[in-house]
Amino acid sequence: MNLKELVTGVGGEKQFLLGNEAAVRGVIEAGVSIAATYPGTPSSEIGNVLSVLAKDANIYFEFSTNEKVAMEVAATAAASGLRSFTFMKHVGMNVASDSFMTTAYSGVRGGMVILSADDPSLFSSQNEQDTRYYARLANVPVLEPSNCQEVKDMVKYAFDLSEQFEIPVIVRTTTRVSHMRGVVEFGDVKDNSSNNEDHWKRGHFKKDPSQFVPVPAFAGDMHVRLWDKVHKIEKITNQSDLNVEVDFAGDKKYGVISSSSAYNYAHDVVKFNGLDMDILKLGFSYPFPQEKVAEFLSGLDEVFIVEEVDPIMEKDTLATIASKKLDVVVHGKLDGTFPLFHEFNSDVVAEGFNKILNFSDDADVDYSSSLEKLSQDIPSRAPVLCAGCPHRAMYYGINRAIEELGLKPEDVVFATDIGCYTLGINPPYNAADYSLSMGSSVGDGCGFSVSTDQKVAGFIGDSTFFHSGISPLINAVHNKHNFVLSVLDNRITAMTGGQPNPGIPIDGMGDEAPEVSIRKLALACGCDYVRVINPFNLEQVVKTYKEAFERKDAAVIVSKAPCTLIKGLTKKPPVKLVESNCNNCDKCVSELACPAISKVNGKIVIDESQCDGCNVCIQVCRYGALEAGRM
Amino acid sequence: MDNHYSIYICGVGGQGIIKTSTIIGEAAMNQGLDVVMSEIHGMSQRGGSVSTELKIGGYNSSIIPNQGADMLLSFEPIETIRGLDKVNSETKIVYNTHPIIPSSSDKPYPDVDSITKTLKENFKHVLPIEGTRLAREVGSVLALNMVLLGAVTADDNFPLSKDSVIDAMKNNLKPKFHDMNLKAIESGYKSIKG
Repeated sequence: MNLKELVTGVGGEKQFLLGNEAAVRGVIEAGVSIAATYPGTPSSEIGNVLSVLAKDANIYFEFSTNEKVAMEVAATAAASGLRSFTFMKHVGMNVASDSFMTTAYSGVRGGMVILSADDPSLFSSQNEQDTRYYARLANVPVLEPSNCQEVKDMVKYAFDLSEQFEIPVIVRTTTRVSHMRGVVEFGDVKDNSSNNEDHWKRGHFKKDPSQFVPVPAFAGDMHVRLWDKVHKIEKITNQSDLNVEVDFAGDKKYGVISSSSAYNYAHDVVKFNGLDMDILKLGFSYPFPQEKVAEFLSGLDEVFIVEEVDPIMEKDTLATIASKKLDVVVHGKLDGTFPLFHEFNSDVVAEGFNKILNFSDDADVDYSSSLEKLSQDIPSRAPVLCAGCPHRAMYYGINRAIEELGLKPEDVVFATDIGCYTLGINPPYNAADYSLSMGSSVGDGCGFSVSTDQKVAGFIGDSTFFHSGISPLINAVHNKHNFVLSVLDNRITAMTGGQPNPGIPIDGMGDEAPEVSIRKLALACGCDYVRVINPFNLEQVVKTYKEAFERKDAAVIVSKAPCTLIKGLTKKPPVKLVESNCNNCDKCVSELACPAISKVNGKIVIDESQCDGCNVCIQVCRYGALEAGRM
Repeated sequence: MDNHYSIYICGVGGQGIIKTSTIIGEAAMNQGLDVVMSEIHGMSQRGGSVSTELKIGGYNSSIIPNQGADMLLSFEPIETIRGLDKVNSETKIVYNTHPIIPSSSDKPYPDVDSITKTLKENFKHVLPIEGTRLAREVGSVLALNMVLLGAVTADDNFPLSKDSVIDAMKNNLKPKFHDMNLKAIESGYKSIKG
């Protein structure tokens, strides 16, 4: 499919779309004018697609420096009467939460939708937190699509809902919904034509401090108005078509309540095992539709609550049973029927049902002992730093510097951050000892600097530095903390698939943009030692690290070299092996762990298809057995 | 259970696995079938194992239950082994015999012939193909995914026609590669059909 069809496609047309692409179509159908994000998997592709389509779709789109800024851009757009959209991964909500909480109080004029993508089983995240708690914390409605069609439809509906009740609305997905592909039938597109010389429409902010300035005198009333909205919306959830009973001719003894991706598993297990249970599918799950749930429960003896990740609907169901004085046994996460962590699948859900219903006695399959052995003996294939990745050179360099300074690995604490450099945890780098969140390497550096007598080395990426590395660096200078901070500036937001950031001269819509200098920022924060180095020059890397470790302040080393995955970079010729010089010392393999170098049948082999010509291995070889390739 | 068909596709990041799966999915949609697919992005792409799951015919869940695959299509020998949880006694196991050796492997890479032998001891339908060689023969190792796509269409139970798969390929890949891709699909098809 050509992505442009997300803009040009007409109502009734069908496309096979990724959940995240379906979200973009929903945004386009809803006539959104302003969209902002900070990239985070599993929501990243929404930004990648919007970045390409924004101008055709009359949308202003930006990659904001962090999720809080993105939330603020969307909130003010909605306050100005425009439809606005912000989206992030679940932990992005933590960053955005300060402004998000107040947006719930002040409310909106144009529709405002927040898509937050949870990551059960942590495919690319540091935790499994459940966005649905944020809906409850802030008292805003949450919609939970379970497939691509619903993503598109619910995103679109969320804008109507938001405008009707003047409240931001959360659309909560999971990895399996965002990264599901399925058939999506398009609806009609709401007109959002520009009313000026820009490609997007502009609104007008009509002043009303009592609505938009939460000083104590006003915020108290805002809270009252918020609850009034919640009570009105609760009436909608009790009647909404999104909360639907899916009948499987149940005998009304058992039933299931489910939502999101978990619903898909419950549905398939019930359907394909012929279980006698109806399912109440909650697509509009907060405010909790207590009347609808009570109606479903009446007459049932027992109910399964199938949800990822936390037992939230389960607790709401228990509260419903208590307040309606029903007599229904609840099976969910709290009684151990289902696990309290990790994503579900049909097998997990079937196992849970089976504990109560005993419908299947699964026999283990017996395979030959040779297959059992083979399964245990296959090598792992974990994600690695790419061939030619500039980070590898920095990890090699810092470890050599530590060695040459006579320090032992336990003498240095490595505070790492969120990005590709979490892969620094792997041997032989072993350069990740502590990490909390985006930007935490700098604050963690401050803490370790005063709490231990160990040396401290922080690693942070360019985009992450802009996201939340600057204010802790100011803290480090002012409070006289001592550490070495490496800013791994690879000229892109790499881990999430290559989005621009303020350090490069292109914005989220592909236009030219001012480039913000990390070096100047570090100097402006008050750092006295700021060095910008070429990571592929190992001698310089080692020398700079040794110098930095001798200092007593916050020293900043900026490693500046582009990510090897950036499209359009000229590929350098692959390194050549001079076999006659090779001493088989294996240092190029064991000290670099580069995917382009391996040892096969006792011999070093360079995989030319992978080698990026970074030439770091040449500098590591003590025998002149590796040399630069020629064009 | 007519037209129910689940394919588990696995291999290594960069082998064109998501694109291959998308083509099958789009072909299913064009034939009017229900289809859902699951894919993994992000961290798992940095040279790590990659898998997609594709289910045709009335499923809501895009994840194949254990032992639930009609076909295991593997782009790399040891990734076949990693995908065996999805396999039952009737599953067609189609895999490329060309290994990609992990850079920092904790264990030695097993002999590919012994993998084939062990698989044949345990499963009825084990179909190794020299996909990388066939791809090179039609013009580029990058056509491996099209060779394997051709192999899928050769399964008698596969509910989609070869023509609809070819149409979806043309809709998803650049015209300048269509000729090579057609040859690759044909080559993969013949390697199974004989």
